[in-house]
Amino acid sequence: MKKTAFYGALTVAGLAASMASAATLDDVKERGVLNCGVTTGLVGFASPDANGVWTGFDVGVCRAVAAAVLGDGDAVEFVPTTGKTRFTSLASGEIDVLARNTTWTFSRDVDLKFEFTGINYYDGQGFMVPRDLGVSSAKELDGATVCIQTGTTTELNLADFFRSNSISYEPVPIETNAEAQVQYLAGACDVYTTDASGLAATRASFENPGDHVLLPEIISKEPLGPLVRHGDNDWGDIVRWTLNALIAAEELGVTSANIEELAAAPTGNPEVNRLLGTEGELGAMLGLEADWAKNAIAVGGNYGELFEKNIGENTPIGLARGLNAQWTDGGLLYTPPFR
Amino acid sequence: MTDRSVAFVRTETLPELPPPPNAAGPTKWIKDNLFATPANSVLTVLAILAIYLILSGALPWMLNGIWTSPSLAVCREILDGTTGACFAVLTERWNQLLFGFQYPTDLYWRPGLAFTLLFFAAAPVLFFDLPRKLLIFTALYPFIAYWLIWGGSIFGPLLALVSIAAGVVFYQKFVTQSFALGFFGGVVTFFVVLTIGGYIIPDTEITEGAMRSVPSRDLGGFMLNMMLGVTCVSLSLPIGIALALGRQSSMPIIKYVCVIFIEFVRGVPLITLLFVANVMLGYFFPPGSGVDLFLRVVIMITMFSAAYIAEVIRGGLAALPKGQYEAGDSLGLDYAQSMRLIILPQALKISIPGIVNVSVGLFKDTTLVSVISMFDLVGMIRGPILASIEWQGVYWELFGFAALLFFVTCYGISQYSQWLERRLATDHR
Repeated sequence: MKKTAFYGALTVAGLAASMASAATLDDVKERGVLNCGVTTGLVGFASPDANGVWTGFDVGVCRAVAAAVLGDGDAVEFVPTTGKTRFTSLASGEIDVLARNTTWTFSRDVDLKFEFTGINYYDGQGFMVPRDLGVSSAKELDGATVCIQTGTTTELNLADFFRSNSISYEPVPIETNAEAQVQYLAGACDVYTTDASGLAATRASFENPGDHVLLPEIISKEPLGPLVRHGDNDWGDIVRWTLNALIAAEELGVTSANIEELAAAPTGNPEVNRLLGTEGELGAMLGLEADWAKNAIAVGGNYGELFEKNIGENTPIGLARGLNAQWTDGGLLYTPPFR
Repeated sequence: MTDRSVAFVRTETLPELPPPPNAAGPTKWIKDNLFATPANSVLTVLAILAIYLILSGALPWMLNGIWTSPSLAVCREILDGTTGACFAVLTERWNQLLFGFQYPTDLYWRPGLAFTLLFFAAAPVLFFDLPRKLLIFTALYPFIAYWLIWGGSIFGPLLALVSIAAGVVFYQKFVTQSFALGFFGGVVTFFVVLTIGGYIIPDTEITEGAMRSVPSRDLGGFMLNMMLGVTCVSLSLPIGIALALGRQSSMPIIKYVCVIFIEFVRGVPLITLLFVANVMLGYFFPPGSGVDLFLRVVIMITMFSAAYIAEVIRGGLAALPKGQYEAGDSLGLDYAQSMRLIILPQALKISIPGIVNVSVGLFKDTTLVSVISMFDLVGMIRGPILASIEWQGVYWELFGFAALLFFVTCYGISQYSQWLERRLATDHR
């Protein structure tokens, strides 16, 4: 009921806003900065460092779009949004693009009048248990107490999973991730469940991360991606193909280290040439400079570099590529061709 | 000559003996206060046990705390399994906790100076034994503080000051003829001067140097809580008084406007008003040209607390016997005079505890702005600091620090109000 009213209000607002602003690209160019919505702080995905500089995986997408459009990865005004304010910020035109680990769902795409421009992280709901419990599969969790954030889709997924496997559980409702950590460590629940990336980040903050294991089952699909408003397809294309450029760059072996060399003159690989603007005029089709993709990649590296730098296995968060590997490596990253 | 009917009379008093050990000193105090009755003794023992349990847990944790370390992981390495706090997060991120993560580091002296000046500005208002001339500085303070915190051209605050001064001069000149003429004429004068001045003053943005402008969204940390708290409390007190008097007015329009305002605002949760300020108002203004978010939030919190303060003061007004109002009338005072000289001084004195209660609550409620993605002290902790790879997982130290800052402030307010009540105690109870 509450949710319906909320979404209804958003829809009306979204309609009003989409009429107001049509050419986001012109607005951004005139303003000279990209207004990018991010979280107020999520480990590895977006957080300001001690000097107040935003870093993270989602932040990398913002910077890449800014570099593609304006040629400068620092020309971004980061607008922190909470889970409650993110959609209204986007609908009202306060931000041009929302890169805030937002799950692509039917109703958000269709009913809220937003356009998801791709997926930058394939997430899914997982389970964390203490190693001492001796559990190796979520199907062995019959009768377990589970810490679960109330009012989220994770709660519904959990109920579905246990019911379909006809095992029982006892939920321990908690409000925030911080509370969950404390409860879980105090032994108030046997299992903690939330998105797998969140679990990994939570575990990384434990005193003895090795004492806890993530179970192999992933019980939901949480494709996270940047999104824009309905009604400005040109702008949506720019964000979509900037993300695709980052993914394609990894596939084609274009990195921040060799990009200057590759972009200096046409190479033997025509797709690299088209991507970097030394051949063809893909940039002009988007209404951007020929070197748009080169700028986007140069600012933080290709998709793989962004991943490794912010959330990859060498960071404290230590996420494996998994589904987020290139399709050639058995993952789901598969960008349409640049031609 | 001498009458010797009394055999012996001591001519000097005996030296005082110390009281028996059981009836004086610490023993007596302990006996009287801690072990007076069996029930008392049991409670004492339980209390000592509880204190011991808390201290035995907390003291090693605090005393063994680490104050220099780049991250929580290093802290744990240094502690090597022993109990100890990781206060290093406070030393590493103190500036973000106090000023937010976007305020330019080299400009911290500006809000610092504004905070120091706040004491000088507040002193003559709080302690009315001080020379009244100091109130001039208090009147100037809002403009100085605005200029210090936001920076930019000095002409903006100066213009506001001149406009208000013009309004006040107009009011004082014409209030003797008619209150309405003086008041509304003053308001019109204020806006006229402000508009004309807006065209005259140079519209230059200062982007360099010590007084460069800082946009509102770059404010944060405890500074934001202080700014919201001080501004909203000082604005909501006069508005609250006006609302309380308006609610008692015999003029129906004024009365019902006040009643509806108070009842509506009081019936809505503050967080709803904040969402309205952040989200809904965004739709009413074209993107990019809206009213500043800080101002929107100040308006909402002020409305909220003004409604509460109005009800507190109405309680004070209702507590006065009818004879006080009649006394004012019989002396031939008009409404404004009798309110100012007879009713309000008594009503406000009665209302002090209630007003302080609302103020303390309001000050703590400023942390709610963290849900509309403003980075106040709690917003800084929950967002950027706990989300950084170095410090995720540090809860007790950060929230303890926040609690300490709020406690110090709120306890100060409470102590002041108690002093004020004693100072104003004119009855002989």
